[in-house]
Order: sequence, then structure tokens, then C-alpha cells
Amino acid sequence: MATDNVAQASHNPESKSSRTLGALLAWCMAIACAAVFAWGLTLIGTIAAGDALKVSVPWVPAFNVEFAFHIDGLALLFLLLVTGIGTLIGVYTGAYFRGDARLPRLILMLMAFTAAMLGVVLADDVVLLFIFWELTTVTSFLLVGFDREKASARRAALQALWITAAGGLLLLIGLLLLADVTDTRLLSEIIAAGTVDIGNPQAAWALALVLCGAFTKSAQMPFHFWLPGAMSAPTPVSAFLHSATMVKAGIYLLARVQPAFGEHDVWFYTLTCVGAVTAVWASMMALRQQDAKLMLAWTTVMALGILTLFLGSNERIAVLAAMTFLVVHAFYKCAMFLVIGNVDHGTGTRQLDRLGGLFKALPVTGTVALAAGFSMAGFPPFLGFIGKELKYEGALAIAEEPLLIAMAALAANAMMVAVALTLVRGVFFGGQVNSPRQPHEAPMGMWFPPLVLAVGGLVAGIFPEHLLGGLVQAATSGVLAKETEVKLALWHGVNLPLMMSVLTVILGVLLHVNRVRVHGLLDRLVATLPFTLDMGWDRFLHALDRVAAAVVKRIQTGRLGHYLMVTFVTVVVAGGAALATTQTWSAQSQQAALTPVVVTIVLLMMYAALVTAVSESRMLSIGALGLVGAGAALVYFWYGAIDVAITQLLVETLFVVLIAAVLSKLPRLSGDDHTNRRTRIWHGALAMCTGAVIGLATWLVATRSTDHAVARFYESASLPEAYGANVVNVILVDFRALDTLGEVAVVVTAALAVVAVLSRFNQKRDVENAGEGA
Amino acid sequence: MSWLPVACLLTPLLTAVAVFGSPRNRKLRGLLSIGGAVVLLLLAIWQLMRVSSAGALVVQPGGWKAPFGITLVADNLAAMLVLATAAIAVAITSFALHDIDEFRAEAGFDGFVHVVLTGVVGAFLTGDVFNLYVWFEVMLIGSFALMTLGAGKRQLDGAVKYIALNLVSTVLMLTAIGLLHGLAGTLNLADLHQVMAARENDSLALVVGALFLVAFGIKAAIFPVFSWLPASYHTVPITVSALFAALMTKVGIYALLRIGTLVFGMELASAASLMMALAVLTLLMGVAGALAETSLRRLAAWQVMISVGFLLLGVALGTPAGLAAALFYFVHGMLAKAALLLIIGLGERVGMAERLAESGGVAQLKPWLAAAYLFTALSLAGIPPTAGFWAKLAFVEAGLGADAGTAGTVLIVALVVASLLGLLPLMRIWNEAFCKPSPAGFAPAAPGQVPIHTPSASIFALVSLVGVSALIGIWPTLLHSLAEAAAVGISTPAEYVQVVLGIKPEAGS
Repeated sequence: MATDNVAQASHNPESKSSRTLGALLAWCMAIACAAVFAWGLTLIGTIAAGDALKVSVPWVPAFNVEFAFHIDGLALLFLLLVTGIGTLIGVYTGAYFRGDARLPRLILMLMAFTAAMLGVVLADDVVLLFIFWELTTVTSFLLVGFDREKASARRAALQALWITAAGGLLLLIGLLLLADVTDTRLLSEIIAAGTVDIGNPQAAWALALVLCGAFTKSAQMPFHFWLPGAMSAPTPVSAFLHSATMVKAGIYLLARVQPAFGEHDVWFYTLTCVGAVTAVWASMMALRQQDAKLMLAWTTVMALGILTLFLGSNERIAVLAAMTFLVVHAFYKCAMFLVIGNVDHGTGTRQLDRLGGLFKALPVTGTVALAAGFSMAGFPPFLGFIGKELKYEGALAIAEEPLLIAMAALAANAMMVAVALTLVRGVFFGGQVNSPRQPHEAPMGMWFPPLVLAVGGLVAGIFPEHLLGGLVQAATSGVLAKETEVKLALWHGVNLPLMMSVLTVILGVLLHVNRVRVHGLLDRLVATLPFTLDMGWDRFLHALDRVAAAVVKRIQTGRLGHYLMVTFVTVVVAGGAALATTQTWSAQSQQAALTPVVVTIVLLMMYAALVTAVSESRMLSIGALGLVGAGAALVYFWYGAIDVAITQLLVETLFVVLIAAVLSKLPRLSGDDHTNRRTRIWHGALAMCTGAVIGLATWLVATRSTDHAVARFYESASLPEAYGANVVNVILVDFRALDTLGEVAVVVTAALAVVAVLSRFNQKRDVENAGEGA
Repeated sequence: MSWLPVACLLTPLLTAVAVFGSPRNRKLRGLLSIGGAVVLLLLAIWQLMRVSSAGALVVQPGGWKAPFGITLVADNLAAMLVLATAAIAVAITSFALHDIDEFRAEAGFDGFVHVVLTGVVGAFLTGDVFNLYVWFEVMLIGSFALMTLGAGKRQLDGAVKYIALNLVSTVLMLTAIGLLHGLAGTLNLADLHQVMAARENDSLALVVGALFLVAFGIKAAIFPVFSWLPASYHTVPITVSALFAALMTKVGIYALLRIGTLVFGMELASAASLMMALAVLTLLMGVAGALAETSLRRLAAWQVMISVGFLLLGVALGTPAGLAAALFYFVHGMLAKAALLLIIGLGERVGMAERLAESGGVAQLKPWLAAAYLFTALSLAGIPPTAGFWAKLAFVEAGLGADAGTAGTVLIVALVVASLLGLLPLMRIWNEAFCKPSPAGFAPAAPGQVPIHTPSASIFALVSLVGVSALIGIWPTLLHSLAEAAAVGISTPAEYVQVVLGIKPEAGS
């Protein structure tokens, strides 16, 4: 695994100003986040009392979209998480990328990302929610692909973008359906309306599509595979993405629509099963990783699974467990990522087998790691312990499948203990291992933010009710859309959950002790899989490209003959199908009756056309083609259209002369460089069909009696009103003079274009001649 | 104010004349061309404001009353599209200033651009089916000239395909017009509406309609008669590609919409499922082409086809909401396609090669160009906060509408599949051409060396297109209300007939 290219500060002259700019921007981000965080803190009292904050400004009335925001307990919890962690990430990023010319770009993206995430959790209008949702997708795409020189980062970014954008599009449709069913575009009103009847197919689709959106964003099976790859983002970005933002948007959405769907069995079983499978599978995958950051990334998938699992139930205690764990996870996950960032920074590697005994070299980071690890593993008196106790309590309280849920939670938690032990004990304790760089502690800007989180996790664990009680209660009420009483306490007495906690720790330690064997087992398990979904992604892309290329190769052949054939087949099929619906085949009038003279001319023309097609000599072909045109002129003449006949004859003669002059310069046609016999028969048949369709249509139209009021007007008005005896001329220069203007433009343009093209060829020939002469 | 449509039509024509008549000075001709486009833009804005506030403008040149003369009609739809064309024209002519070589400029490149614009504006404004044909011809001959001007062998190869297939379309269109005239005895669109509406269940109308469908289908690059499009756009100078991508196929769609609703209203309604099938096939073909493509410019041509497919989806749905969505997309697509090609044009100076695999490093050299691309690509993919998103939202809402039925579901499924698969090639360009380090063979400016200069007129062209697109993204209300008014206009032909003929249409039509 390559490490972040932090130290590669570029040396171009702009970099100094961009370094200062970067530092400035980083502080801006931290201060802005801190300000919003402080504002959020002042809201806790009001919102815990049950008063939601609402703002609404009209935006796009055409689409019925408003800038409508709504802050209830759930939104507030997310707001505080996003801005709180955002503050620390701002500080950390400034230090981590110190002196890197790319810092301003990164910070700007991070700020946009933070704003988008805040938008998601605060938006009340469903379309507005979607807009912010997609903004998080786009900004995270840029953040994941930040190291754009690396192919792996580009691949991961595309994968993340595609999966989450796919889910996003489905989510949009789902939300619009939901809005249709509940007859309101505001989430607060949708929630207030209570359970939605999913017997209605629209509502059922809404549920399915919203779940697709949430599952893709929150990396639930089978859409989980993009998240581990997305850790190719720089470490502070990963810390932010995994702890408080992006992936939590899906969790937010599930919590948000819980009142609308939470009553239904479909909801419960889908979320429970998907969450449980995701959590257990992800913890297993986490155990077998060698890259510390990748290991953490998988534990995020596990945490998301657990959150989904608990949001499946609308049991008060289960929701409380989810909300508490949300906070717990944000604290330890962010701290852990930053710890890994410091280790990476201090040693130049994240590979677990090249790390060990670092506590002496990185004492502060090590302390943070200890605290975060304890919280992650759920040891008292850390916040993680409360989270875990509540999880077990919640699992046992769910009426439908308490055992299944409890077992899943237990398994996942035990593996979390093992992962925490590996990360803390393996990296910071034990024997020292040779790392690429001489280990050294990170600067203060890099150890201070995680330290805040670690201390926070400890203090909040000791005084949970004072620090978090109000907020978590408000959030739980927000999820359930009703007033809910909850209490947080470190010590719940000796009960079943505590027993399970003890069991968790024992299992976790066992797993850690036998980690080599566990590794081997898991590797063997993975080896038996036919393919992983991550590989499936590549296969999917390949298959798409292959199918597309095969289709295109058949259709877009690059041969003009083929294109023309398709065009004429289309004419025959479209015209023929329309003709087939015609019921009246008999002529309605006799005005177009054929006379023997005309029949003779037409037969002659047909013969000439045949000669044109089969002749081996170009000259004969052209001559015969001229005969076809002359025949047409004769027909015009026969019916009294003398001007038209003369024009036709003139054009035809010119055409034959010109083409003949050009063709005389070309070599003779030989039989075999033409197309083969079968193709020619097929072409002939197609030509005849085309002719038949057009001819039949013309005949049917010509034998109709039509009221030619316009023509009669021209005849009657030509002399008295337009002062011209020749009606055709008057039509051309007066009645329809605009057509003539256009046609004149066409002729002049054609002449100018010919001059331009010919002058180019002359120029070229001169150049070529000069070249040959030299 | 009824001189406005005439002025809009004559401005590009006179500009073309002025360019051809002016001394062979590249700069002078370029400035004349930009000036003409700006005048057209101002006139078009004025015209649209007039039409929005006081209703359609009707001109009877020569004083021959409809249906005897040729009528020019600027209704909501035509006025909106003329304005979009004018905006594109300003950007394209500005871009041409530095993109077109000396030889092409001296041969009258700018003049030919304005000939094409004349044809496009004429096609939008005319109220007469034969006159429509004339403007198509003007547009076509101008585009032939642009394609062959200064052509190398490869460009001529593309041009031959373009010309051959478009000539077939032209001949078909002329045949269909002849048959229609034989059937109805009139060429005026409003009058045709009256005559054809009185003849219900006329199967001959269906035959003529089918011929029109194929003829306009070729112009609009609808499956299966689209092949000229990816075969030709990539061989010409980027300015020409941008102009074609923004305008040419759109005129075909416009003609389909106009003739379809006014003349073949009944037939169009009965062919709704056929149209939907064509829309889906066009969309999928465009996506397949984009996925399989390795050459940048051709990829852009396939993107044009994808947008044709999206447009058709809305047209095939046929509800007012569907038409409004299609027309919103119409304008958005014009801006986005032109922007996409200009970006490729600028990118080719700093690291984009013809093949994606050989491109790279553009984001490093020109971050603002990367930003413009990302924005345009997101807009094309319909991801917020872009104009494309609102277009997509409009489509989804139209598809979910109570009056949409099964066709609505088909529309939504097609939209989802095409959007998602269409996102991949767009992001492939991002990854390959912008993010990937520049492969060997193209040397980026070394530190200390003068960076590659981009002329300000070219930047202006791009920024104006992307800027307008961004404004629509932030405030889509204006465009949407225009699109809605235009959609109402074409779904209720009675009003059109009334303003053109000055009479109340017969009951029941």
C-alpha cells in the first residue's frame, strides 16, 4: 500500500503563496465549523423541549422546491457531529498538509463537502435533500480522487461516485413517490403523517427505492464494496468521511423515514438482515487486513451495519442504542483514523507487520490510540462501553428476533475488540519493528484533534447523562417522531447485557491471541469465494465495454454503403407499414389516368434505370441516368407543365455533361471491385422496394381529389394583384419570394464553397508538385 | 414589432453577405461575425420578451395573407429556440476567432457559419412546410461548406457520409412535402392543421407522416438512421463540431415536433409507443457508442446522440409535462453540448490527444478548464446543482405524472439506465484526460516556462456557455416557465392556427 504523498511539496514559485493560503483556509474551515457547532449547542435546550426549528424560503416554484430547513433532535445530533468533527478535521488537515501546494484545493473541497452534508441533515424539502445528497456524492468523489495521479485513487473515486449516484437517482424517484403518496414535499410533514400504507404500489416502490439510496450511501451489503476502496483518500478526509459524514447520510435517511415505514415487517426484516450480514461480514474482513487504514475502513462498514440493524426496529431502546452508537462511533473512528495518519506520518508505513512498539516514539498519539481503542472495544468507563451495553439491551428488547440480533451484535463486537487490540497493541506495544522512517511524534496540530476526541470519549463515558443525555434523547424523539424519555448511565447493574459484554471481551481476546490462525481461516474463506464484489465491479465495466463495443461494431460499421442501406430499409419498413394500414386502394378520381404515351415513356425510363444499375461502363450508366431525367421532362411536357419540363431538361443535360467530364478522368470499372452478385441482387431488391413504396404513395395521393384553394388563388390573383401573367414566375418572385431568397442563398453558398475547396486542392497540388520536384 | 422575426432571419444572412464581401482579413471577418451574432442575440432577447408578454408574432412577407404567402411565426417555442441559437452563435463565433486557421478564415469560414445560422433561425421561424425545407437546405449547404473547407482526406471521408445521408433525408423530406401538398393542397402549417384535422383516420396521412418521420429522423440522428452523426462530427475543426452538436440535430427534433403536432397530431398520438421505442433505442445506442468509444471527439458525438434520445423520451411521452421537460432539456442540451466541445478544443492544446489513453494532465495545467469540464459533465449526467439536474427532475416528474401511464414507467427506467451508464464515459474522460498524469509524448510546461496561453475570446466563449448553464442551475424558473409556455403552445395547436390565420379553428379540431 502506498502512503499519502504528504511530504512531496511541489517546488514551483506559486507554492509559497498557496501554502499561506492553505493554512488560512484550514483555519477558516475550523472556525466556521466551530461557530456552527457552538450555535448548535445553544439549540439543544430548545430542541430537547420539543420545539423544532423551521425556515423556508421559496426557490423554484416551477418544480415546487423550497429552501426549507428543519432542525429537530436528529438533525441537531448530526449537525453537531458534522461541525464538531469538521472543526478538528480543519485543524488536523492544516497541519497534515503543511507546506503542500494542494492544501487550498483540498480545504475548499472539504468545506463544500461539509456544507453539503449539513444541507442533507437540515433539508426539509425532499428535492432539496436530494440536491445536497448528490453534492456530498460529487464532493466526496473529488476528495476520494484527490491523489489524482494514482490510478487506484481514480478507480476508487469513480466506483464511489457511480454506486452512490446510482443509489441517489433511485432515491430521488423514491422520495418523489413518497411525496406523491403523502401529498407533501416536506419531510417534517411526511413524518408527522405517520405510517405509510405500503399496500399501495407507489408507496411500496418508494420504500424500496429509498432503501436503495440509503444502502448504497451507507455501504450496506451488497453495495458495501466501494467504501474500503474510498480510503485511498488522504487520511483526514477518510477520518471525516467515515466518522461523521458521507456514509452517515444513509443512516440519517433511514432514521429520518423511520416513522413512515418503521411499523412494517418489510422494513424490519430488510434492515435487520442487511445490517446483520453487513456487520458480521465486514468485521471478518476487517480482521484479515494488513493495512491499518484498510482495517479501519472495514470496521466502518461494520458500524454502519450495526446502525442499520438497530434502525430496523422502532423499539425505543433500539433507536436509543443506534443514536448513542452513532456518537460513540464518530468519536473513536475519527480518533483512530487520525492516529493512523500520525503513525503513517511518523513512520512512513501503515502495514501492520512493519509497525510495533511505537508508544515510546509517539507517546501522545499512543495515548490517544489507547483511549480510542478502549472505546472501540467497549471498555468501561469509556463512551464505547455505554454504546455496547445499549446495543445488547436494545437487541434483547426487540420483540421479533432478539436472539438473532443479539448474536450478530455479539459476533461483530467481539471482532471489534480483536481489531482494537491489533491496532493498539500491535502498533504501539510489543517489540519495535523497523519502519521506513525513524518514528517520530506528529506536530501538535496533528495530535491535538484526536486527543480532544479521546478525552471527550472518556469524559462523556463518565458523565453521559450530563453531556449527551439531552442530545441523545432529542435525537431519539426525532427518529420516533414522538416525545421519548431516555436516560444514559455508565452502570446499568449486573444484568444480561453486562454478561454479554464480558463474553464479548473474552471472545475478542481469544480472537486476538489466535490472530494468525484466524487470519489463515479467513484468507481461505475468501479464497473459496468465486469472486469479490470489488472484482465484480471491474468485470461489470469490462462486460459493459465489451457488449457496447460489439453492438457498435455491428451497427456503426464505418461503411457508407451500409448506412445507406439501413436508411432505405427504414424508409421501406416505415412507409410500407403505413401503407399496409391503407384500406382504400381504388383511385378516387380519374384525373391522373394513364395514357399510352405516358406508359411508353415510363417503360422507357424504367429500362434506362435498369441499364444504369447493371451497366459495367460508367459512361453508359450516366447516359442512361440522363435518359431517366429526360423521360421525366417528357412527362411534365405531356401534362402541360412546360416551364418545369424545360428546367428539368436543362438541369439533366448539364448534369450528364458535368458528371461525364469528371468520370472520364477515372479508371474503368472492373467487375470484381464492384460488389458481388448476391449483394447486388439484394441492393436491387431494396431499390425496387423503396421505389414501390414511394411510387405507391404518390399514386394514391395523386388519385385523390384535393381542394387546391391556394392554387386557385394564385391563378386568380396573379395578374390583377401581383401584375404578372406567368403564374409560376409570380409564385417564385412574389407569392413565395422567401423561398427564392433561400434558394439563391443556397446556390451562392454552394458556389463559394466549391471555390474554397478547389483553391485548397490547387494549393495542395502546388505544394506536392514542388515537393516532388525537389 | 412584427418586423422582429424578419430582422432575426436577415441578421445572419446579411452578416454572411458582409463577411463574404469584406477584405480577406481574418480579424476583420471574425469581428464582423461576432458583431452579427451579438445583434442576433439582442434581437432574439427582444423578440422573446415581446412574445412572452404579448403573444406570438406573425409576419406575412409581401403582404400575402396566410395561407397564400409564406408566413413567419415567432411563437413561444420558436422565440425561445432562436434565443438559444443566438446565445450559441455568440459563443461559437468568439471561439472561432482563435480556433480557425488563416486559410479557412480567408475562404469565408465566418460567412458559412452565418449561412448555417440563417438556416437554423429560418427553420425555427417559418410557418410554412416548403419554406422549412428551404431553410433546411440553406443550413445543409452551409454545413457542407464548413465540413469540406480546408479538408484533409479524413475530413472529406466524414463529410461524404454526412452529405450522402443528409441528401437522402432532404430528398425524402421533399417527397413527403410533395405528397402532403397533393393531399392537402396547401403548405401553410396552420392551414395544414385545419385541413388534416378535418380528415380523421386518413391512412394516407399516416404514410406521409412516416416519410416525414424518417426524413427528420435522419436530421435528428434517431436510431436507426443516426450513423452520419458519429461518423462526421469528429473530423472537423472543433468550432464546427460545437456548432453542429449544439444546433443540427436539434433542428431535426424541432421539425419533428412542429410538423408532428401541427400536421400529424392524430398520427403522432397513435404512434406514441413507436416513438417511445425509438427514443429508448436512440438513448441506448448513444450510451453504447459512448461506452465503446476511445476517441474523445467521437465520444462527444455520441453524447449528442444521448441527448437526442432524452429529448425524444419527453416528446414520446406527449403529456404537457413531458414536452416541457423535453424543451427544458432542449435548451440545456444545446448549451452543454457546445460547452463540452469547446472544452475539448481547449483541452487539446494542453494534453488531450485524440485517444483518451494518450491524454492526461489537463487538470494539472488548466485547473479552471477541469472545473468547467466537471460542471458540464455533471450537467450532462443530470447531477445537481446543474441545469441538467432540473431537466432530469422534470423528466422524472413527468414520468410519475398521473397522465403518463405505462409510458411514464418506461421513461423513468430508460432515464435511470441511460443516466447511470452515460455517467461512466463522462467520468472516464475526467479520469483519463484530466486527472491522469500526462503520458510521455506530451510535455507539459516545465516550471519557469511560460504556461500555454489561452486567448481571452476563447475563454469568454466557454465561460459564457458554462455561466448561462450555471445560472439555469441556480435559478431554473425562467427557463422552465418558457419551456412550459412553449409546451402548452405546441400541445394546443388551436392558438397557433388562430394567430396565423386570424380565424377561430373549426370546432372539434
